[in-house]
Amino acid sequence: MLTFEDPAIKFKNVTKQFGEHVILKDLSFDIARNKITTILGFSGAGKSTLLKHILGIIKPTSGKVFVLGQDLEELDKVQLREFRRNFGMLFQYAALFDSFTAEENVAFPLEEFTKLSTAEIAEKVKVLLLSVGIKEDSFKKLPSELSGGMRKRVGLARGLALGPDIMLYDEPTTGLDPITTKMVNNLIVETATIHKDREMTSVIISHDVKATLEISDYVAFLDRGTIIEYLPVLEFKNSTNPLVQEFINL
Amino acid sequence: MIEKLTNLLKHQIEDLGMTVIEGVNGLGAISLFTGRFFYWVVKRPFRIHLFFEQLYFIGNKSITIILLAGMFTGMVLATQTYFGFKLINVDSLVGAIVAISLSKELAPVLTGLIVAGRAGSAMAAQIGSMKVTEQIDALEVMGINSIQYLAVPRIAAATIAVPMLSIVFLFIGNFGSWLVGTKTLMIDEALFFSKLGDFMYVSDIAQGVIKAWVFGFVIAVIGTYFGFQVDKGAVGVGRGTNLAVVWGMISVLILDYFLTSFLVKIL
Repeated sequence: MLTFEDPAIKFKNVTKQFGEHVILKDLSFDIARNKITTILGFSGAGKSTLLKHILGIIKPTSGKVFVLGQDLEELDKVQLREFRRNFGMLFQYAALFDSFTAEENVAFPLEEFTKLSTAEIAEKVKVLLLSVGIKEDSFKKLPSELSGGMRKRVGLARGLALGPDIMLYDEPTTGLDPITTKMVNNLIVETATIHKDREMTSVIISHDVKATLEISDYVAFLDRGTIIEYLPVLEFKNSTNPLVQEFINL
Repeated sequence: MIEKLTNLLKHQIEDLGMTVIEGVNGLGAISLFTGRFFYWVVKRPFRIHLFFEQLYFIGNKSITIILLAGMFTGMVLATQTYFGFKLINVDSLVGAIVAISLSKELAPVLTGLIVAGRAGSAMAAQIGSMKVTEQIDALEVMGINSIQYLAVPRIAAATIAVPMLSIVFLFIGNFGSWLVGTKTLMIDEALFFSKLGDFMYVSDIAQGVIKAWVFGFVIAVIGTYFGFQVDKGAVGVGRGTNLAVVWGMISVLILDYFLTSFLVKIL
């Protein structure tokens, strides 16, 4: 199992149980800073539960989760909310606010959490939207008027608005056509690279093997609540674990 | 045969028990939700613009339907009362009776039912669809409490808007009563107003306003609560909306009895 000296995220003997059902089993692993790490796994493997532990939305039954060195259990609800501002997140279907235009969606976190003037916010929104490839004529469009790929771009721009330390991607390429998938992958890599000076860590939850292997630095494979393989991407491709091989070759 | 009947009875009792347990659980959950509203309503930041957006939606956007409902309720009530009262020669009391009925009962109750159908359902549908499309998760990930952002402005706005709408209902209803009473049924206008002044008290209006205030709060709590309970896609949104309307209306009618029993003693 990979370990890092100063990981962005650390799971230490984390077990999560809902009633009799064990979702995560004594999970211990690190996620490296300033790298793209993907957690792969079948549906129901516990990927979403793992993501919610990183965000502190749910607490482990036992064990600890450290994010940027902070034990999440030590934070009260208000502190945890504030701490979540270290995260940006791109949801599976972008989760844009449907009554807001593209630019209003991106402006939203800036209006809520910064003291920037309206003009400064407008300028920052413009830069963010252009950086993810949204043209100015789409700024005032509602999410329902945007394509799936464009919605993902706007969602990414919104996630990046506050300059997060950790960017989380929940199934970023699921349900997209190959061209849009490639575009989203490029954006993820560009986003991680552009923000390298700020040490942005990217964590992707996915079951899209092909896309994952193209862009990740590290890949972990989660199966029934346990990480059965966790390697740098090139080594992961050559893993001898039969389940991993089966998954890669599907 | 006896065994079959026993089993049937057993299942009936089990079903009844489950219904009671679910009902108590639901009541507990909605009480906790209400508690969370009171916790978050006093916490910063106060998003005043969201409050006014909701006030506009619940208040201004309901005005037309309130005017129509109020006007015709007053007119029909005056007509019905007139033909009953004329038999005992007290038709000059039509204005007063209609005004008292409207202020104590019909204005707050009908306004409550209209708002439950219009705004309560919209609250459940909006929040429910935000939930199934992960928009609420997005708020939470950003560190924004979804109850504070979505429920607080809606509940606060409904609590203010429903009494205001009820007063509009009362005035337009009385206007309808005056129109029909004095212009169609030819009740003497001076008598109409004189009896109105004799029998109508400020406490009657106060009773209606207090009721409307409680109804507004309860309708919005129910609407937002069922929105947050949505969990199964479009079907779940439909179910949540339906429950919000049904329970919003039932709550208005049940609360009306208890509020009346209480308010007649103190006002």
